[in-house]
Amino acid sequence: MLPWLKPAVFLACLIPLGQLGYNAYTGNLTANPIEFITRFTGSWALILLLSSLAVTPLRKICGWNALIKYRRMLGLFAFFYAALHFLTYMVLDHFFDFQAIVKDILKRPYVTAGFTSLVLMIPLAITSTASMIRRLGKRWQQLHRLVYFAAAAAVLHFYWLVKADIRRPVQYGLVLAVLLGSRLVFSWAPAIARRFSSQRSAGRATANARASKLSRNSES
Amino acid sequence: MLIQKSNDIKSAVITPKEFYLNRRQFMLSASAAALATGAALSGLDWTGGTPEVLAGEKLGNVKKSSFSTAEKQNSFKDITSYNNFYELGTDKEDPATNARYLTTRPWTVSVEGEVRKPKTYDIDALVKLSPLEERVYRMRCVEAWSMVIPWLGFPLSSLIKLAEPTGNAKFIQFVTLLDPKRMPGQKLPIMEWPYVEGLRMDEAMHPLTILSVGLYGEILPAQNGAPIRLVVPWKYGFKSIKSIVKIRFVEKQPPASWNRMQPQEYGFYSNVNPEVDHPRWTQATERRIGEFLRRKTLKFNGYGDQVAQLYSGMDLKKFY
Ligand code: HEM
Repeated sequence: MLPWLKPAVFLACLIPLGQLGYNAYTGNLTANPIEFITRFTGSWALILLLSSLAVTPLRKICGWNALIKYRRMLGLFAFFYAALHFLTYMVLDHFFDFQAIVKDILKRPYVTAGFTSLVLMIPLAITSTASMIRRLGKRWQQLHRLVYFAAAAAVLHFYWLVKADIRRPVQYGLVLAVLLGSRLVFSWAPAIARRFSSQRSAGRATANARASKLSRNSES
Repeated sequence: MLIQKSNDIKSAVITPKEFYLNRRQFMLSASAAALATGAALSGLDWTGGTPEVLAGEKLGNVKKSSFSTAEKQNSFKDITSYNNFYELGTDKEDPATNARYLTTRPWTVSVEGEVRKPKTYDIDALVKLSPLEERVYRMRCVEAWSMVIPWLGFPLSSLIKLAEPTGNAKFIQFVTLLDPKRMPGQKLPIMEWPYVEGLRMDEAMHPLTILSVGLYGEILPAQNGAPIRLVVPWKYGFKSIKSIVKIRFVEKQPPASWNRMQPQEYGFYSNVNPEVDHPRWTQATERRIGEFLRRKTLKFNGYGDQVAQLYSGMDLKKFY
């Protein structure tokens, strides 16, 4: 793998933050900056969470195992933006009015879902270190299945907060459905996963036509 | 009563339309593009546009009104760049961006139904119907934000009197223009178009209820509901229907768009009421645009002295 790629991905994940800072600096946060920051950080938390969930299916399809190195980084950045999102809500929107915040979490389904998503992400972030992975062994994988629920709760959070135009939450929901669906396919039919990777190596080894169209597509 | 002068209006900044895009969508896609290519920092210089606002014609001869509040007014820019007007797009910045689609001449408003004098008014005649007044009102959105806006308009009651309602006229129904070419948001099936709203007759006759044709001394920008809109300051903003083409006097309570779509969330009356929570937003507090800390929301948006008696004997938790 290219040695500069990892730092490049790291920096790329900071672009949204930089953009937010730049817009704040130039006074381009709309008439309602707090709402804007809330929505911006929420959107990036979800986008990065879905990106981290895309790593495993992509790896199985392309056979590019090195991708795994980016999964943790994407997941942690998702948590980072989710934390900023919550801090915006707690500090800027409600200015530490914990009574109102607790009431919001208990009473409003969309906040309950967002809170659930954030809480589910906390143990995942804590156990993301190499030593934790080693210590937890098989249980680490079981624990990290929580990410599916965190993502589903985040999509639900978005779906429940829009008033009428459900296009964006539905789009994210479809992406999530494909990402989770691909896991079902791969686990029910391991043969499919194997076929993907064997075709791919066949295509690479012999440039001839034994490789199917599908595998060529997945390479390009 | 101290009434703030509004002659510190900055003339609208005109940005060529091509340079102005919906900022939020754009920021997301700009970031996404940058992420995807790894081309760090590209796209940063895209976000500096000011919302395009059609430079308004000045409206002369405007009377001040004792109904106006002396509170600090929101800027022309805030009022014209942060709008809920789904006919011009569902993001707050969309209506300003799409304002150019909504041409407002020719325009007629049909006054009809249970009246002795039904009539179709040309908009330019309607504007001259009654002397224009400046009404600086608080506007409270159901999404828990608020603004102070210097509207120009005239009492709805003066139009009602000309129409001479019959004894059967108990409610008034208002209808927005239906024209997906001029209102591109209507191409999306997110609600039943056209937008409709309604008032009880006594609410419509109330002196606070106005038809607005301008703000900040200029004709109404498209994104604020040009050429003519309702303003009912003690109700949540969505009751104040925009870009009206029909005013119909009826006997039964007419449908109102949000109420029809989600009756548990939006009532027909929709009076501002901090005691009745919306399932999604607390109605106890609000953020005044331009301020940091939330303020307490006032019952009837602070117009209780004038309007509370309209609802005496009604359980406002039930008729929310
Ligand atoms: C305690 C936790 C959370 C709270 C209190 C919270 C609160 C909010 C609020 C107040 C909004 C804006 C609603 C509006 O403007 O009407 C919002 C939007 C959003 N949130 Fe959260 N949220 C939480 C957790 C999360 C998490 C964990 C994610 C994703 C992983 C997330 C993703 C989003 C998205 C995608 C939006 C919509 C953005 C848009 O409109 O473009 N939220 N959230």
